[in-house]
Amino acid sequence: MIKLPGANGVDSGSLPEEVVNRFRGLAALAAVLIILPAFLPNTFYVDVANRVAILAMNAIMLNLLMGYTGQISLGHAGFFGLGAYGSAILTARYNVPPLGGLILSAVVTALLSWAVARVILRLRGHYLAMATLGLGVIITIVLTNEAQWTGGPDGMPVGRFSVLGYSLAGERQWYWVFAVLLFATVVITQNLINSPAGRALQALHGSEVAATVAGVDVRRRKMDVFVLSATVSSILGSLGAHYFGYINPGIADFVQSTELVIIVVFGGMASIYGALIGAVIIGILPQFLAGYDGWDVVAFGVILAATMIFLPRGLVPSLAAAMRPKRGATC
Amino acid sequence: MSPEFIQFILSGITLGATYTLAALGFSMIFNASGVINFAQGEFIMIGGMCASVLVSAGIPLPLACIVGVMAAGLIGYLMERLAVGQCRDAEVATLILVTIGVSMIVRGLTEIFFGKANHGLPHFSSDKPIEIAGATILPQSLWVLAVSALIVVGLKLFFSRTQLGKGMLAASYDRLAAQLVGIDVRRVLTLSFILSALIGAFGGILVTPISTVAYDTGIMLGLKGFVAATLGGLGSGSGAVFGGLLLGLVEALTAGYVSSAYKDAVPFVMVFIVMVLRPQGLLGAKPTDRI
Repeated sequence: MIKLPGANGVDSGSLPEEVVNRFRGLAALAAVLIILPAFLPNTFYVDVANRVAILAMNAIMLNLLMGYTGQISLGHAGFFGLGAYGSAILTARYNVPPLGGLILSAVVTALLSWAVARVILRLRGHYLAMATLGLGVIITIVLTNEAQWTGGPDGMPVGRFSVLGYSLAGERQWYWVFAVLLFATVVITQNLINSPAGRALQALHGSEVAATVAGVDVRRRKMDVFVLSATVSSILGSLGAHYFGYINPGIADFVQSTELVIIVVFGGMASIYGALIGAVIIGILPQFLAGYDGWDVVAFGVILAATMIFLPRGLVPSLAAAMRPKRGATC
Repeated sequence: MSPEFIQFILSGITLGATYTLAALGFSMIFNASGVINFAQGEFIMIGGMCASVLVSAGIPLPLACIVGVMAAGLIGYLMERLAVGQCRDAEVATLILVTIGVSMIVRGLTEIFFGKANHGLPHFSSDKPIEIAGATILPQSLWVLAVSALIVVGLKLFFSRTQLGKGMLAASYDRLAAQLVGIDVRRVLTLSFILSALIGAFGGILVTPISTVAYDTGIMLGLKGFVAATLGGLGSGSGAVFGGLLLGLVEALTAGYVSSAYKDAVPFVMVFIVMVLRPQGLLGAKPTDRI
């Protein structure tokens, strides 16, 4: 059998080991998710865990876009905001059931992101950064100004999430929802990346021209990922809104988008567990700096700049490479 | 022309002058290094902030302005030396993120040391509006326009007449060739950061008497400067002036005739439209793909 080097520098001949590693990772994740609640003394900590889980899923989605296809997005929180406000407005003002609101918002976000992707994914580098950033800013401005719908800068309350008469209440119930979703997100994303479609994505990150020559429909693939990650973020936004119980335009703004980008690059581009661990660290850090206004921003800035300078591949891939010097990272 | 319209034009040009200075800073760094400096807005903010803090501490206005500009220059220098210069051959995305990191550090430290409140500066001359054809303009706006024009002309002369300026220009066209004829490319890079920090700080100080400054005003100003530079074509000096003025005018007219709530959305909608029609900017050259 001819050995072809895979996109991660892993020989395709060593695939079984890769599969074993993947299951090890998933087992560890499942174990942590199951045991964790026992170590969370009160609802405050459960709440932090829940927020970290939301952050992690968002970051995994953004990493799919940034890490695997090389498309930078500085406006990803905008899609989260669309889902959150979509659900909030539909349930509060039109009496749409929460699940319906979630689905409707996701469909609208998918259509919007598809329309936007058609235009902006032709752009690259700085221009793509500018366009995605602009999209996020426009979404935030609309959410802030359309006060009759969104409550303006002060935000609006959101009702409980309920399906078929069963309503979710309390941090601990939500924890299990987010834990299951997080696990599913990791499994599905891993499968996606290792599918032919995923290989095509990684190829186009390497060189769009080469990928085109190899028969990858570059434009189509980029659009698919953009729409997928936007739609999932919208769904997360809907769930997040019901969970938080109160939302304001800040959830969609540039600062939030930057935080997601920081998680992705700090944890490691093109690394699912990187996004996860990045979300844990970046999500918990502000808890230690609470009450010290400004220091959290400085800390994020230092982390971001220092990661890019000293660990450009990010935390998890660098650690993985250090532990297995002869092989590429398999996360 | 109605006085109202003239009024909007006047405020648009004043706004546009500030955006022009921000855009010039972007273009200069972009030319020298290929980096989009997301901390450009922080240069603008730190200039105005330092000057206003010093003035409230009793330092005379001219001295405070000079120190404000120098402070920004120092930050520009440190930024290039300690951060951006450390990752020379990195991808575009990496460099963008480094500058975002630096901007967060500067913004956070400003919040810690100077607080969240808005800071102002006294007007440079009288604060009595001057009447022009039924519309009014603040003397401070004239200061903004005059100093901005001086900076634009000064830069033009610097890049076309001085050896240092020509060297910087040469390095931006072809780094390797510039190095071969003896230009210290690293110094050019450092210089471009200092220079664009100085320009940004000038802009920040000039508008602070009109619009005040807070730790987070740099975000929007920087983004709009980026939009202005993109509109005109990244890296083009005349493009920066054109993009800045165009942006200022459209924003002022939108605020006046359409909706003042949505004036901040204008730049981003404009940049979308321009990117669809002419991804290289209105005045930029068509980019070619390097394979």
